[in-house]
Amino acid sequence: MYEILTNIFNSEIIAILIAAFLPLFLFILPFALFAVYLERKVSAFMQDRLGPMRTGPYGVLQTVADILKLIQKEDIINKDADKKLFNLAPVLVFAGSYAAFAAIPFTSIYIGTSADIGLFFILAISSLVVAGILMSGWASNNKYSLLGAMRSAAQIISYEIPTALVILSVVMITGTLSLNTMSEIQTAYFWNWTIFGGAEWGIQKILLIPFMIVAFVIFYISSLAEVNRTPFDIPEAESELVAGYHTEYSGMKFAIFFLAEYANMFAVSAIAASIFFGGYQSPFGYFGNLIGLEWLIPLEQLFWFTMKGLFFVFVQMWLRWTLPRLRVDQLMTVCWKYLIPYAFVNLIIIGLISLI
Amino acid sequence: MEKYHSANLSDQRIIDALIAQDPDITIEDALENEMIINMGPQHPATHGVLRLVARLDGETVMSVVPELGYLHRGYEKMAENMTYLEYIPHTDRLDYTSTMANNVAYVMAVEKLAGIEVPKRAQYIRMIVAELSRIAGHLVAVGTFALDVGAVTAFMWTFREREKIQNIFDRIAGARFTTSYTRIGGVASDLDSEAIKMIKEFLDQYKDAHEEFEKLLNTNRIFIDRLEGIGILPKEDAINLGITGPNLRGSGVEYDIRRAKPYLFYNEIDFNIPVYNEGDSLARYFVRVDELKESSKIVYQCLDKLPQGPTMANDAKKVLPKKEEIYTKMEELIHDFMLVNFGINPPVGDVYSAVENPKGELGFYIVSNGTGYPWKFKIRSPSFCNLQALPLICKNQMISDVVAIIGSIDPVMGEADK
Repeated sequence: MYEILTNIFNSEIIAILIAAFLPLFLFILPFALFAVYLERKVSAFMQDRLGPMRTGPYGVLQTVADILKLIQKEDIINKDADKKLFNLAPVLVFAGSYAAFAAIPFTSIYIGTSADIGLFFILAISSLVVAGILMSGWASNNKYSLLGAMRSAAQIISYEIPTALVILSVVMITGTLSLNTMSEIQTAYFWNWTIFGGAEWGIQKILLIPFMIVAFVIFYISSLAEVNRTPFDIPEAESELVAGYHTEYSGMKFAIFFLAEYANMFAVSAIAASIFFGGYQSPFGYFGNLIGLEWLIPLEQLFWFTMKGLFFVFVQMWLRWTLPRLRVDQLMTVCWKYLIPYAFVNLIIIGLISLI
Repeated sequence: MEKYHSANLSDQRIIDALIAQDPDITIEDALENEMIINMGPQHPATHGVLRLVARLDGETVMSVVPELGYLHRGYEKMAENMTYLEYIPHTDRLDYTSTMANNVAYVMAVEKLAGIEVPKRAQYIRMIVAELSRIAGHLVAVGTFALDVGAVTAFMWTFREREKIQNIFDRIAGARFTTSYTRIGGVASDLDSEAIKMIKEFLDQYKDAHEEFEKLLNTNRIFIDRLEGIGILPKEDAINLGITGPNLRGSGVEYDIRRAKPYLFYNEIDFNIPVYNEGDSLARYFVRVDELKESSKIVYQCLDKLPQGPTMANDAKKVLPKKEEIYTKMEELIHDFMLVNFGINPPVGDVYSAVENPKGELGFYIVSNGTGYPWKFKIRSPSFCNLQALPLICKNQMISDVVAIIGSIDPVMGEADK
């Protein structure tokens, strides 16, 4: 993609800028608008309500109106806040979650960077979010923000471990750290997906299936914790900490936190889809191949990628409106006493199976 | 002490109270390792305007001091300048989640003071509306409790059911929220067949809704883990602190005024008093959930037994006449004028009358000097007394538990602050 752009514009800088902003404007902003609307409609559906209905047909313009309202709002910085850190924090949080999109393959022809260490890059760069959250909590000079930030830091760092362990076990099978290659391997039909043991036939594949499912469940639970969604939303636990680390933020800065949260939601869903569910690959082969239209394939891939991502986003919403919230100590118990040991055992077993 | 530059007098008082709970610490300790955090009066979990000041070590609460009075409107003093009739609308604003029960409790106290005999049908109607209002109050209680531990959907489901009860109240009393339905000597209007049909329809579908709600929470692993063994209130402490209502029954004391000192016709009704011995937040929740079922049982029985007859006592000097008679008959007009302007003039004396409200024992102590106005008026509000347990049971819990504990105690500040 990047090469194509360079050829079109004859300038590397413009190509870099376009490649960097393309997913933001084409994908993440529309997605965030849609996801906020979806979240409100899903919760309304689960709670016997209608949800937004007034702005546009079925309230589809509600989030646009919300964004317009947020842009107009006064940017308040409280008196005792550390101004520099306070302003830097939302940028850092958004940068952390947005940078992860660089290594996520949307289609076979579009990926921000085709670096071979894509997964490693995602794991590393998404930890930047923690720094931003801690910064916002500290700079706000508010006890609730500080408590929320501390909780968040402890939570995200703890849950990186099972995530990394699960990713490691998948890497052992696929033999690559690049999400693009990983998606390419899982081509053709859905039984080639990693969750069904990968593309290679044999006894290995059958043996791997249960352990891959366990790996996926661990990955999904820890990814919920990493994006602070219920039942792990204790950093912003509304009834306890008012709004957690972004209590003091208003206007666009709050909107950026909000955007980062939704971008993060899609990022982890996309990673889950890419690792376990074939990424952009269609589960039944391509329509474009069937009728001989080559250019249709990337569009189909984008469709499947978005659908898979949206499905996991929907599951996140489903869980959010069903489950109560865990307590801080219970959250740590889930991570250190259950997820990490299980992930370790799973890693060893998958390692042994791949030796066969 | 000088270190708290911004602390005003009331903050200083709270800080002193915090220190008094643990005499070994000095103020420097608190500043060194611990954090003093202010929850409320504007906080999503404090159910109105309760304010808590907590001393935290990390996330563990070392001690907590509740600060009340942000909703104080002086209802006890206001009552001294009102006739007994004028005061009825103010009882709506005590426990605003169960207005009907307050109306019933208040007029029963006045009737006891004035010696008015209320017709049987009116008493049954009062039982029906009091129990419906108990269902509404408990629905709010368990719903907000679930909200406090993070289950938002359960909250919406309970409020959906409560909405139906409010529609029934709209039909019966003409107002959904501030009902002011009871009158001294009876009730404002009779239950018509439409209202009875609405109540029956509500109860029939409520069974399923209740089950649905229980399915969502009662066996939810996270919900139970969050609440089991949290905020344990031992039996003796509960009695000594004057805790009443579901909170007392959650601590294993089988005390319900409906059974202990039956009023209205509760002695003719068959119902159970749910009692749990654990004394933790989960037990208090289960008591409320079981009481919801018991209350709907009571309403069913009351509807079956509902006798025919008048709904206002026949006592012209104390009970308001009918509206159409006021406009057409001289004597009724005079009585109405005298009752509204000069009050019902109960005999000299004092009375304490208590009923079992959703939150606990709601008592009215009224001293009359023979005029139309009470000479002294005291409300024994259950929420106020129940809140006394807070410093005891919040000790050594996490800050998330404090939120759950407040929800399980279920204070309504309109009543606690009076």
